[in-house]
Order: sequence, then C-alpha cells, then structure tokens
Amino acid sequence: MADTTVIGAASSGWAGKVSDALWRRPTLFLLLLLAPPALWLGVIYLGSLFALLAQSFFSIDEFSGLIKYELTLKTYRELLIPANLDIIVRTTSMAAAVTLASAIIAFPIAYFAARYARGRWKALFYLGVMLPLWSSYLVKVYAWKLILAKEGILNWLFGKLHLTWVLEALLSVPVIGGNSLSVSYTGTFLVFVYVWLPFMVLPMQAALERVPASYLEASADLGAIPFQTFRNVVFPLALPGIIAGSIFTFSLTLGDYIIPQIIGSSRLFIGQAVYAHQGTAGNIPLAAAFTVVPVVIMGFYLWMAKRKGAFDAL
Amino acid sequence: MAVDRVDMAVEEGEFFAMLGPSGSGKTTCLRLIAGFEQPSEGAIEIFGEAVAGVPPYRRQVNTVFQDYALFPHLSVTDNVAYGLMIKGVAKSERVQAAEEALEMVRLPGYGSRKPSQLSGGQRQRVALARALVNKPKVLLLDEPLGALDLKLREDMQEELKALQRALGITFIFVTHDQGEALSMADRVAVFNEGRVMQVGTPREVYHKPNTEFVAGFVGSSNVLPETFVEKLTGTAALASLRPETIKVVKKGGHEAEVLGTSFTGAATKLVLRLGDVQLNALVDHEVGDLKAGDKIRVNWTPGSVHLMGGAGG
Repeated sequence: MADTTVIGAASSGWAGKVSDALWRRPTLFLLLLLAPPALWLGVIYLGSLFALLAQSFFSIDEFSGLIKYELTLKTYRELLIPANLDIIVRTTSMAAAVTLASAIIAFPIAYFAARYARGRWKALFYLGVMLPLWSSYLVKVYAWKLILAKEGILNWLFGKLHLTWVLEALLSVPVIGGNSLSVSYTGTFLVFVYVWLPFMVLPMQAALERVPASYLEASADLGAIPFQTFRNVVFPLALPGIIAGSIFTFSLTLGDYIIPQIIGSSRLFIGQAVYAHQGTAGNIPLAAAFTVVPVVIMGFYLWMAKRKGAFDAL
Repeated sequence: MAVDRVDMAVEEGEFFAMLGPSGSGKTTCLRLIAGFEQPSEGAIEIFGEAVAGVPPYRRQVNTVFQDYALFPHLSVTDNVAYGLMIKGVAKSERVQAAEEALEMVRLPGYGSRKPSQLSGGQRQRVALARALVNKPKVLLLDEPLGALDLKLREDMQEELKALQRALGITFIFVTHDQGEALSMADRVAVFNEGRVMQVGTPREVYHKPNTEFVAGFVGSSNVLPETFVEKLTGTAALASLRPETIKVVKKGGHEAEVLGTSFTGAATKLVLRLGDVQLNALVDHEVGDLKAGDKIRVNWTPGSVHLMGGAGG
C-alpha cells in the first residue's frame, strides 16, 4: 500500500495553477471579484453623482450666462424662492400620495401571492405583475392619456353607468380637479400608481414570503383576532419590504419628468425643472441643486424609517 | 392530512401523548384541538363545550409549536407577554408576569434578548413560557423536543413532567419518539394512517399491544406468526414477544442461529433465527463473543408471549 497517494496530480494548465493559488488566498480572490463592480459603482456611478452635486455649489453669471467656478450658496438661495419651493412641495406630495396608494393596493396582491398562490397561480401572479414592465413606458403613458381624455373610454363608461356626475364632482374639486382627468393631478396620480405598482408589489411579496404560517397561527393561538395579528406580527415583519418598495415608488415619482409632462396640468415637477434648467435655460448649477432635493428627501425618509424601527425585523 | 374515525377522550389534568410515525395524523389531531383546522365531520369538545366553528383565538388552549414560532421582531419579554398584551393587561403587570413565567422555565433575566440570540433549548423554554403565561386549560405541544440534542431532550422531558405535575394543566403532547411518550405520559394514543390503534397507559401499550403495528412501533417488539404461536400456546393468533424478555440459556428452550450482533451501549442486540422465524433479542453483555453463524439456545417465560386480537385491530 506504499504507493497510495492522497494528493492528486497538480494540474499542468494555467487555469488549474491559478485556481490553486487563489484557493490559498481567499482574500485576494474576493478582491479580484469585487474590484470591477466596485470601480464601476464607485467611480462611474457615485463619482458622476458627486460631480453633479458639486455643480450645485457653483453659480451662473446673470449677464454672460456662463458658469462661475467659485463655491457659493447662491444657487441654493435661488432654489428656495417660492416658485421653486412650489415645485418641490408639489412633487413631494405627489410622491407621498403615490407611495401610500401603491402600498395599499399592493398589500392584498402581495399577501395573496405569498400566502396562498402556489404553482400555476404563482406563475400567473409574477406574469401579471411583470407583464406591464415589458411594454414601453411611453406607450403605456400615451395609452393612459387616451383612456383619461374627455373623449376617452373612462368618460364613456361613467356616462353609460349614469355616473358622469361622480366624475364631474371629482374634477370640480380644487387642486386635484381640472377640465378632464388627463389634464388633472388625479390623472397624473393614477398613471404614476399604475406604472410604479410592480416595484411595490415585488419587495412586499418577498418580505411576506419570509413570514412562516406558524407565526400567524401562534398569534391566533395567543388570542389575537386577525386584525391584531396583522398589526402586531404581519405588518412589522413586512415593513422592511414595504420600505424597500416605497423607496422605489417614492424616488421614481420624485425623479420622473415624462408622466407629468404628458398627463396633468402644465405645472412643473422636479424632474421637469431639472430638464428645463439643464437644457434650454442652460442653468446647470440650478438643475444640479434640484437633483439634490430628492437625494436629501430620501436620506431623511430612510433615517426616519430607521429611527421608527422599520428595519428591526431584518 | 386525513384523520379518520379518531375517537378518544383526554382526562382533565392528564399528561396525554399522541404517538405515531410521521403522516399518521397525530399533528392533524393536535391542530384540530387548537382550531387551526376544521373537522369536516364529527365533534370536538373541550371541557364539555363543542368547539366546532370556534376560531383558535377564542379557545382557552395554547400551543408550543414544533418550530417554536417565536416572533423575531419582539424581545423575549414581549414574546412571552404577547397573549397578555392582546388581552389588554397593563404593561407593568404583563412584564412582571412574563418575568415570572421566564423564571418558571429557568430563564430569568433573558427578557431583553431577541429570539435570534438564544439557543434552541432556550427558545423552546421561551415558547413554553409564552404559552403557559396565559394559564391555558389545555397545553398542546407539537414535537417540542424534536429539535434538541439527546442530553437536552432528556433534561427537558423531566422538566416538562415536573411542570405538568406542579401546574395540574392538561398536556397533550405529539411525538414520534416512543421512548419519550412512554417515559412522560400518563396515557398514550398510538396513531397509524389517520387512525388511533390503541389508547392506554404506557405499560398497557408496551406489554399488551393490540395490533402488529403497535407491537412493532412501540419498543420494536417481535411479532410472532400464527403457526409459531400455535405451536407455543395452542392458539392460532399473532403474538408479541419483547426483545428484552428473550434470554440465552445453556440448555432447554429453543435452538437458534445467530445472524448478527450489535453493541447498543446498555445491552447487546442479537438477530436470531428460530426455524423460519426471525427474532431480535436484547441481552446482557455476558453472553460473550457471539458471531454470525453460532448456534445457541434461547428461552423466555410463557407470560412474555402476548396474544394480539388480530392484525387489523
């Protein structure tokens, strides 16, 4: 038995040699694996973001229209004039309303998918949620413009059901009303909710999927009626998923400039303001200052969520 | 998922075990009592009250789950006090009750931890405290010791038994471990394929199994075929012969061939062949070195052969 060896022959190829060397140095292996994406994220992604943010601390010369490369807070003073504050408040309120509505609509869908859907039903759920994401965003938005127009199918349906008065009552409400749904904030809101809903459903479903049925049974066993179980067990455990979803719906709404341009009143949202200032107006510093707003709002939102214990269940 | 024609009554203050292999319907039975499942027919009564259609949150029954089902986002204290919080007990009062319950399961001072910071045995105790703090009329335990290692399991068996005696609450205990059921329970119901095969004290079930299944499952008894039993006793019926009742003798008895031996710690297990009957025997180590092929003589007292009603029960 003396000729028995336990160590196989070293591979002669370079791939084998590299494998052996890397196996002995796991840290180096990890470093090699992480370096390209870290560079991409760090330099190209975050780097360009910081370059953009830095622009907001420069200002524009009123006479020549050229950027003065001196650090100043002048642009931020300009950002905070009433007309611009209006834009910020309008966009933030819309984002909050869209997020809240998405969460309310998404929860039953996500709960059904996580708790009851199996096999075919689960496939149907994924298809139903993802299918709208496969078609072009612009096509969907223009389709909605037709649906919501005065001559559109929705008006026609309300007419057939003799409910035109409901629609008219809604449209006569100040702020959210207007001439027709397609030129009102209500219309903008409906399209935002439609377009971003999948981004709320999926993380919510993933979070609910991780709540075993025995937790719900244990809660009922300890005397909790279903609503108490929802409030004390399901909701806190789903909260990280809800927060993740709301980050999507909130920040996507904050930054969007196409939907409010096609559907809604002509008043600007943050995204449109950025678009206008960096384009025709050529005011890059102010455009950059506007992009800082969503970043600050999201940062504040996450900080609040953490303080309220939203991530305790993670 | 199916239980069929299960008919049994659990006495107040009793430690009752439901024993059976997986899929035998014992857990379904427990879930019917807890209210997680609804019977399609038949009746369940708890202290004389029919509970059909009564949701789990209205039953004065609490459960210790197999996976413990502790709420991961709540501290140990909040977990234990959960039932009291739902009932609307004031905070200071329920925190105190939770601490007392934790002392009872010998985990004082663990209240501020999260379930993820506890070991399996500690989680099991917290689950127990969480159920007992509500002072249930019946405590249901679904394989509560299944996930623990042997030493811890034996300690917990003793503790559960002592706790049950002290509190006087009815315990209904589901297990697939016959040793656990026999050592802990006042009475045992043996389940197979959705039916109760036998209900009795551990001694009855062990010494007087009524079917081939019970004989085999509880203490893996030898089931003697009818022809062999007829030669021994004059009655043609199946009979059970416990492995530990078989003794190795110098003369008399029956001639047997050793097919195999294994060391089990406390005893030596022999696989024997008597004519065309194969038997397991559990004997002292003094039999010395036996090996496959050896011819020996074995005997047992006539009382060890327990006649069973029939294969079907």
